[in-house]
Amino acid sequence: MNATERKPNPEILESLADARKVFVVGCKGCPVGCDTGGEPWLREMADLLAGAGREVAGTALVDMLCNKAGVGSRLGRLLEALRAADTILVGSCGVGVQSVGNMVGRRAVPAMNTLCMGDYQGLWPSAERCGECGECLLAHTGGLCPITLCAKSLVNGQCGGTGDDGSCEVSPDRPCGWRLIYERLAALGRLDDMRRFQSPRDFRKFEITDARRRTIRWALEVAEEEEAAAEPKNAQKPA
Amino acid sequence: MSQLQQQLAAGRFVITGEIGPPKGTNIDPVLHEAETYLKGRVAAVNVTDNQTAVMRVGSLAVCRLLRERGIEPVFQMVCRDRNRIALQSDALSAAVLGIENLLALTGDHVVMGDHREAKPVHDLDSVDLLKALSRLEGGSDMGLDAKGNPNQLDGAPKFFKGCCTTPCGPNPEAQVIKLEKKVQAGAQFVQTQAVYDPATFETFMKRIRHLNVPVLVGIVALKSAAMAKYMNRSVPGVQVPEPIIQQLTAAPKEDRKKVSAEIAGRLVREMRPMCQGAHLMTLGWDDIVPDIIAQSGA
Repeated sequence: MNATERKPNPEILESLADARKVFVVGCKGCPVGCDTGGEPWLREMADLLAGAGREVAGTALVDMLCNKAGVGSRLGRLLEALRAADTILVGSCGVGVQSVGNMVGRRAVPAMNTLCMGDYQGLWPSAERCGECGECLLAHTGGLCPITLCAKSLVNGQCGGTGDDGSCEVSPDRPCGWRLIYERLAALGRLDDMRRFQSPRDFRKFEITDARRRTIRWALEVAEEEEAAAEPKNAQKPA
Repeated sequence: MSQLQQQLAAGRFVITGEIGPPKGTNIDPVLHEAETYLKGRVAAVNVTDNQTAVMRVGSLAVCRLLRERGIEPVFQMVCRDRNRIALQSDALSAAVLGIENLLALTGDHVVMGDHREAKPVHDLDSVDLLKALSRLEGGSDMGLDAKGNPNQLDGAPKFFKGCCTTPCGPNPEAQVIKLEKKVQAGAQFVQTQAVYDPATFETFMKRIRHLNVPVLVGIVALKSAAMAKYMNRSVPGVQVPEPIIQQLTAAPKEDRKKVSAEIAGRLVREMRPMCQGAHLMTLGWDDIVPDIIAQSGA
């Protein structure tokens, strides 16, 4: 279970300032449990974008954006429509934003902040990791997370510790996260994103109350139970 | 206004030195070296802040001890060991101790040092720290009161704020972008990582001309060919060219300090026209500083 909160709409529109055609992808897992995502959210985002003069290339709700096989097959069927967009707005934890961006090969922009649940990374088996910092920066870093990719979690660019081979000073087998971000932004023609001043993190967002954790767990379980109860009996596998 | 700031403002080519505090309380040797070889010869002396994440006597205390001996210090501040409360507090402490020159650095990661198990803080980065220092000068800190207004200070400090850059690193464009941010955040002077290649440095200086900020080229004294090779292998953004390594290899052991000073002096001489000063990092060989300066033409 990953806890998310919605980013304010003005922040979402700011990160889509130079996007023209946007595809909206929502995760049907944890954000539904947190009441931050799901069908109503998808419609709300489509309306927000249309109202702000962006073309909506399509919308899709995917079961668990952290389930690589599931995401691959689901997005695979939508690939043409996804690639017709210049930007994908993703409503999920940071893992989902990175997974969609990397699998589709388009700029993925987060619509939510991921709150700390103790480093839970969903079902994702690959390298994309979410730092659960509560202030998702992926819109400004080419869809690569500086919190988890940089050994110092720097948010304003690389330090002086990038080796000549592009490795991080902490280990030769670890790439400098900001080198990866620089290369991605250069490829996207978005180096100006690196010039943006990122404020220091708000560490209050790093710890959420246990009351909230319990509410979210409860919400997800109830949502699953209600969904299961709503399924017709004949949908069950024969014994 | 600090001497360093005054001399740079006056357009003088400035030379600064650097000392590293001891690991332990035996402080006299390093102070003696600074008084003997640096005092009166350099505009200011940097005091490193737990350099390469090795735990030592604090930079701030040694800065004050230098000042009491008539040597102007540069207080290096890394973001690795202190959160924003401690960094701002130490900056105010520096001000009340009469220390004006501050150098904001990210800091080497803890795994580079001798307490590898420690928690790396990095609450602020070097850009944030420069912004925080600028804010303190404006009379408020980073925090907000209950109404959301910045906390007001009872007495504001005045600093001369510096930062670092790596001119010969693998990605000069990314370096330039970050340096632009540092200058916008309030950096008033720049010290560089070690430079051994004047041509690469000249190219870098052309790229940052628009920033209009004084730059002190960094010179690390090379003690041996082995050290030069080690730096090429292991120190990010530092490349010692082959001819310099050959010169060190050819030098008899008893001439090493002489040759080291010759190389450093020549580098300063060659890069003088390109920048506003030189920052000499002699790593304990403080006695070669007078010789470097003599050969630098400064």
